[in-house]
Amino acid sequence: MDPENVEANNADEKTAEAKAAEAKAAEARTAQEKITEKIVGQKAAGEKGEKTAAPLVDSRISERTFRRMNRRELIKLTPLIALGAFAIPSFQASLLKKGLGFSDWASARLFRSGHLAPTFADSDLTPFAKFPINGYDVDDPGVIFENWNLTVSGAVKSPGDYTLAKIQTLPKFRQNTRHVCVEGWDVIGRFGGARLSDFLNMVGADTTARYITVACADDYYESLDMATALHPQTLLCYEMYDQPLTRQHGAPLRLNIPTKVGYKQAKYLTDMKVTNVLEKVGYWEDQGYSSFYGL
Amino acid sequence: MSGATIEIVRTTNKGTDDEKTETVARAVYEHPLAVRVCHWLNAISLFVMVGSGLQIFRAFPSFGAKIPQKDLLNWPKSFAIGGWLGGALQWHLTFMWIYIATGVVYLAYQLFSGNYRQVLFTPRDIPGVWPMVRHYFFFGPKPPAREAYNPLQKHAYTSAIGLGVLSVLTGLAVWKPVQFSWLAWLMGGFHWARLWHFLVMWAILAFVFGHLIMVILHGWNNFVSMLTGWKKNPDYD
Repeated sequence: MDPENVEANNADEKTAEAKAAEAKAAEARTAQEKITEKIVGQKAAGEKGEKTAAPLVDSRISERTFRRMNRRELIKLTPLIALGAFAIPSFQASLLKKGLGFSDWASARLFRSGHLAPTFADSDLTPFAKFPINGYDVDDPGVIFENWNLTVSGAVKSPGDYTLAKIQTLPKFRQNTRHVCVEGWDVIGRFGGARLSDFLNMVGADTTARYITVACADDYYESLDMATALHPQTLLCYEMYDQPLTRQHGAPLRLNIPTKVGYKQAKYLTDMKVTNVLEKVGYWEDQGYSSFYGL
Repeated sequence: MSGATIEIVRTTNKGTDDEKTETVARAVYEHPLAVRVCHWLNAISLFVMVGSGLQIFRAFPSFGAKIPQKDLLNWPKSFAIGGWLGGALQWHLTFMWIYIATGVVYLAYQLFSGNYRQVLFTPRDIPGVWPMVRHYFFFGPKPPAREAYNPLQKHAYTSAIGLGVLSVLTGLAVWKPVQFSWLAWLMGGFHWARLWHFLVMWAILAFVFGHLIMVILHGWNNFVSMLTGWKKNPDYD
């Protein structure tokens, strides 16, 4: 910061002469001498007062220059007005969408395939009766178990219908993990099922594809990035608390993904597709919620 | 650099034998541009973070169980930003980047320029805190102003930075309790991290409340220094 330099100040040297200067009678003097006396006077007053150090005066400028300087400094702040774009309705939606998109991009970068979600002891489990049931339409879409199967399509070697019995031939994994709802509540539940990665292997899925999409009996739909689909804790879940899934909790088959928020963990699955293209992301995402929402 | 002091002078009867130059005011350069920009960026982003955060809180206004749910506080929708959970999350997850970047730039600037010295609370400032508290709250005498920030101010502003850092750390634990599982663990897990995040927000709001009152009490010249950098006629120096 360089304010105008009108005069250098070396009043320190004048300290000894201060008292002598004060005693002098007022006479016609040049402006220069008057200025010097002024500074000297201030220094003397300062030393008599409570202040411990002599004031350090770097330069002297006119009122006009001071005003100009202040105006210049204020103008330097004006780029901040750019943030006002968020208040303009026509820009707001797209700016927020870009912001959320950036968060999702950062989340995908932060995701580590080998990093496990915390698991818990049985004593930490939330009692089954207190495990909330969230649906978007009905809690029980009336799945008929007798002819239920999971219809697999897309970039897979063996598309077609897979029964629950077929899925249950894959190794069963059980995990006590935290279920976090976007609303903010969380519960610790016990889930059992086959690893989705094992199932993708069974159907001969192209694991270089970008997404898994699922459709559900209640018209809910979701998608999953392949990295998360292949994560060891991502389950095709058919048991909760060591019992077959109840209807309200998504029977006969749901997703259990402890590395994702609750709404990604679709219930009453009916269809699964391996794809590189997403026409739609998910029921909640298509209304403006985060697409990746990894925990 | 902050601390530069000038005298503002007025020359009358210029060019005549009677020309006089007198000092009409002094001024100190208190806040470099980087500090001012970060201050206002932070004010705006903090406003959005708190407003959208409260709307997010409304989706589950409790820190207990979901079943049975006992709401802690019914925060009105009209005092929140976003309109609904989805909208609020968009604001919150967008502005958090501005909030964090501003904090990082501010801390880096303060450290590398040495400007932190005028505001950082150190043990040397401890004895001066009570006299300032007594003056502000208990009608005690005004202690002499020796520097740009008095010990109580240093305490407030240093704490505020600490709270800002905590707001980000607790927020990260709530946003990514798996990827930052070690951080969440330090806080007692996701469920507790969410509570700490909420409490840190209230502590920050308490600071902002006190800060705004002090700004109003200390007059126009003081307020202007956060716009132009210069404070006219400071009570110290």
